[in-house]
Amino acid sequence: MTLLDRLAHIDRRWIFLAMGILVLIPLLFPLALPIFAGKPVRDFNAAMETIPAGSTVLMPCDYDPGAIPELVPMTKTALRQLWDKNCKVVIPVLWPGGPGLVDRVVREVAAEPRYASKRYGVDWVNLGYKAGNEAVMVLMGQGVANAFPTDFRGTPTRGMPIMAKVRDYSSFPMLVNISAGYPGTKEWVQQVQARFHIPMVAGVTAVSAPEFYPYLQSKQLLGLLGGMAGAAEYEKIRNEKGTATSGMDAQSLAHLFVALCIVLGNVVMRRRVGGSAS
Amino acid sequence: MSPHWSTDPGVWIAAALTMFIFSFLYKDNPFYKFAEHLFVGVSAGYWIILNFWTVIVPNLWTPLVNGFAGRGTVAANVGPLNVSQGDYRVLWVIPMILGVMLFVRLLPKGGWISRWPLAVILGVYAGIKTTGFAQGDFVAQVQASLQPLWTGQFGSSLNAVIFTVGLVTSLFFFYFSLEHKGGLGIASKIGMAFLMVGFGAGYGYTVMSRVSLLIGRFQFLLGDWIGLR
Repeated sequence: MTLLDRLAHIDRRWIFLAMGILVLIPLLFPLALPIFAGKPVRDFNAAMETIPAGSTVLMPCDYDPGAIPELVPMTKTALRQLWDKNCKVVIPVLWPGGPGLVDRVVREVAAEPRYASKRYGVDWVNLGYKAGNEAVMVLMGQGVANAFPTDFRGTPTRGMPIMAKVRDYSSFPMLVNISAGYPGTKEWVQQVQARFHIPMVAGVTAVSAPEFYPYLQSKQLLGLLGGMAGAAEYEKIRNEKGTATSGMDAQSLAHLFVALCIVLGNVVMRRRVGGSAS
Repeated sequence: MSPHWSTDPGVWIAAALTMFIFSFLYKDNPFYKFAEHLFVGVSAGYWIILNFWTVIVPNLWTPLVNGFAGRGTVAANVGPLNVSQGDYRVLWVIPMILGVMLFVRLLPKGGWISRWPLAVILGVYAGIKTTGFAQGDFVAQVQASLQPLWTGQFGSSLNAVIFTVGLVTSLFFFYFSLEHKGGLGIASKIGMAFLMVGFGAGYGYTVMSRVSLLIGRFQFLLGDWIGLR
């Protein structure tokens, strides 16, 4: 049996094992491969910098635990950038599995020493989950407090200091959406950006990123973070070393391995097809 | 690099369940099945409780109770028909009735009643989606596609030309009213090349998303559980 024949009949569990080792080793012994920020990420950062200091920003976090490695680093970095400008952050969640996770993530950032002065209800609010997808987005256009009469923990939102100046989408200078799928960035663009012309940036999972590039071209999105790579590039721009940056070495090796498997698979298949034809 | 094992029982349970799920990579087994069933059960329970307390209670039950008690903007008004002008909370009884009508489907007879609220839901969503797509995707994307080929700068002009060629030839690829030969055949082949590049980029991003999940789990096991990082 030749090497190519062996490769053609290799047990897929060896491939899983190789992938596991390739991901594990760089996490234990970082390679510190260079990270270069692309234009969509630089545009995201630049758009965030244009937000007036002290303003209130709408930051829907539409994801659940399945998107933690990609979207939690983006959420943290975006939140730090907004709080560094003394912005207040209003966070609705349209994914049922998200409110508890988002609450934990924001509280982790709020617990950092430099944000010790940040108070819930004053500097940020977790509006929690509401069923209805696009219908909720449309309803928020008629009043954010109408759509979310209580926050994640059941506290009435109308009495909160952060909500005193929040009426509808006109109250926000920017919409920062972190999304893992439906409902998410596509729906915020269709129902809110297009209708209310509010400037918008987005951080999305890699699997959904390609469908949002047309929105960049049309300037409906002013910036885009795509997957763990986007999160790592954003961390690089903001001089942070988060979990996305530490995961990119493993990501790069895994991609090389997948590419190698595809090339080998094609070589083996061509040889086998050629062999059977002759 | 010495391990500092977590003392949090929750982290240990999460780590064990992660291992159970990973065990499927070797072969299907009872540990994997246990973790899978637990995940589905917990998700369903969480979803039901969350919807009850964050949707039905604040958005339907509380407004209705206040509406029927006459607790509108004018405190002196009492009773459902005396709510102050502009306070329509008692009318929320209509979506409540429509919601109850959905459950009639579970009865042996009268299942057709549930079609009425379903018709309302479908109608509302069709309206919302159609308007959103027309404004957000169709008009805006057509507008963005009509761009000048010469912008005054070589780089952006080249980009615009490549974009336009890719767009037009990709559209030719999906034109099936004529046989793809001659000029149309060449154009559709060029379009196919652009589509392949697009699919390749999509595949690369999909791989990145899946590998990110694996990295996330390893970061949890190495960091939160074993304490190696």
